[in-house]
Amino acid sequence: MSGYMLRRALATLPVMTLVALFVFLLLRLSPGDPAAIIAGDMATPAQPEQIRELMGLNQPLYLQFFIWLGDLLRGDLGVSLISHTPVAGMIADRIGPTLSIALLTMLISVTVAIPMGILAAWRHRKLVDHLVMTFSVLGFSVPVFVTGYVFVLVFSLKLGWFPVQGFTPISAGLWSFLKTALLPALTLTTIYVALIARMTRANMLDVLGEDYIRTARAKGGSEMRVLFRHALKNAAVPILTVIGTGFALLIGGVVVTETVFNIPGIGRLTVDAILARDYPVIQAVILLTSFLYVLINLIIDLSYSLFDPRIRY
Amino acid sequence: MTEILKTLVEAAPPGRTRRIPQMGMTAKIALTILMVIVILTVIAPWIVPHDPLQMDPLARLKGPSLDHLLGTDNFGRDLLSRIMIGGRLSLMIGVATACVSVGLGLILGLVAGFFRRADAVIMRLMDALMAIPSILLAIALVALNGASVGSVIAAITLPEIPRVVRVVRAVILSAREEPYVEAAISLGSRTPLILFRHLLPNTLAPLIVQGTYILASAILAEAVLSFLGAGVSTETPTWGNIMAEGRMFFRIKPELILFPGLVLSLCILSVNLLGDAARDMLDPRLRKSAR
Repeated sequence: MSGYMLRRALATLPVMTLVALFVFLLLRLSPGDPAAIIAGDMATPAQPEQIRELMGLNQPLYLQFFIWLGDLLRGDLGVSLISHTPVAGMIADRIGPTLSIALLTMLISVTVAIPMGILAAWRHRKLVDHLVMTFSVLGFSVPVFVTGYVFVLVFSLKLGWFPVQGFTPISAGLWSFLKTALLPALTLTTIYVALIARMTRANMLDVLGEDYIRTARAKGGSEMRVLFRHALKNAAVPILTVIGTGFALLIGGVVVTETVFNIPGIGRLTVDAILARDYPVIQAVILLTSFLYVLINLIIDLSYSLFDPRIRY
Repeated sequence: MTEILKTLVEAAPPGRTRRIPQMGMTAKIALTILMVIVILTVIAPWIVPHDPLQMDPLARLKGPSLDHLLGTDNFGRDLLSRIMIGGRLSLMIGVATACVSVGLGLILGLVAGFFRRADAVIMRLMDALMAIPSILLAIALVALNGASVGSVIAAITLPEIPRVVRVVRAVILSAREEPYVEAAISLGSRTPLILFRHLLPNTLAPLIVQGTYILASAILAEAVLSFLGAGVSTETPTWGNIMAEGRMFFRIKPELILFPGLVLSLCILSVNLLGDAARDMLDPRLRKSAR
């Protein structure tokens, strides 16, 4: 078991290295001289040369990569071109709102989507099924920011239930946190629920057609027991997988949602960095979210054996 | 022996006729909506009621009227005309992205599925690409390469490629084990012939489905990029940047986001529904189990 876990964890290293290489090349191979970009429009001709010397840009490309990777492993993500503060610190300051909204979204989505998917599969081709499928395809089709603005219009401006913008951290009390975080989380929930409910439904439909379900019913097991104990447990692995791969979708959604609700999180940081062409920040955010994605999928992979004892490590 | 093998090869797809099932009601409605949107945007330059770039300082943020059916934006430009013209670039970027990512993904997927050595390399690269959240990757690419139409297409295309590669590779991996492919190999067919004559046709159906979904997600991605300020320059209207400009005035005139948002959502919705319909029609395995 632990041997497999170790091997599986080590297997993520090549992917992470490739991601790092990719992000490194993204900045170095793009048109435009990084030194000139960093020096800015007002630079004297000598300044880019100085920066090149300072940043080691005169070194061969592979050497630059290893130096950069070394800094990265020591937790040095570079310095912002605009605020001249370490990027790692900037991200640490902003990660709270993003993580809390992402977690709240995951929590709501999983509790809502899995019963929705089960219900749709159980009442296959009945009204509930059609409603779930309609919601699901809508969730994929309506852009997050359109949903967000419709929610703001209805729940904040018309009904006055929530503040229009802003964010209160959870440390200031659960109620005030929920007041600001619930609407953004619900906005994001629409895509995530669509994804998970659809996957749950499809896999439950597959499983419900199996012989052992008929056996379970024939034994006189209650419908609840058949659905949750026999069917859901066997449909769990693909559902877990999609929760993991959907994380990338969630990150993209968070960036947009934070812009709509003006929340000072990683998303706002990224968008501000784009507008200011603050490359080290963009680079760091991409690296961090990709590593998080790989990590989450690793954890999910390792949790398969909890649901399916046939998967043994 | 060779005779038997030859018949096996000849009996294989393509050429196998398959009864194409009828399109469902939902798909027909979706197709109609999409056709209306596409036709209106294509002929837009000849039928728009106003010049979409014509500013009118006296008619800023006006509500719907006979002259301006959907009202005007913060520069007094006609919203309906802007949405109609804006759809051209949005749809063009979507179609271009779908074509390029399917094309590149097909080549990489064929190579990965057929040549074991290339497989490991290509798939690790695709894994890495999949790990990077697509919107962030696209934002970074546009930020670095400038906000031209070309770089927006490239930025949306790159994250979509792994999806195509995985689909094509999976199809090739299972098809190459089929008796007709083994027969073709043992008959001494050259690799390109096996790849293009025998394996390629298998990928057509899944690619149509995948391509439709990519079209939907590309139209969405363009809007998101523009909305975040990393899209095509605001001089040319797209659905995304019309909404981005409307952000500042959302409290006064939410229609600036709601109307383009509605058209955009309807368009993506109908493309997604057509994708579902195509999948149901083209994939006999799913047709049996999912119904």
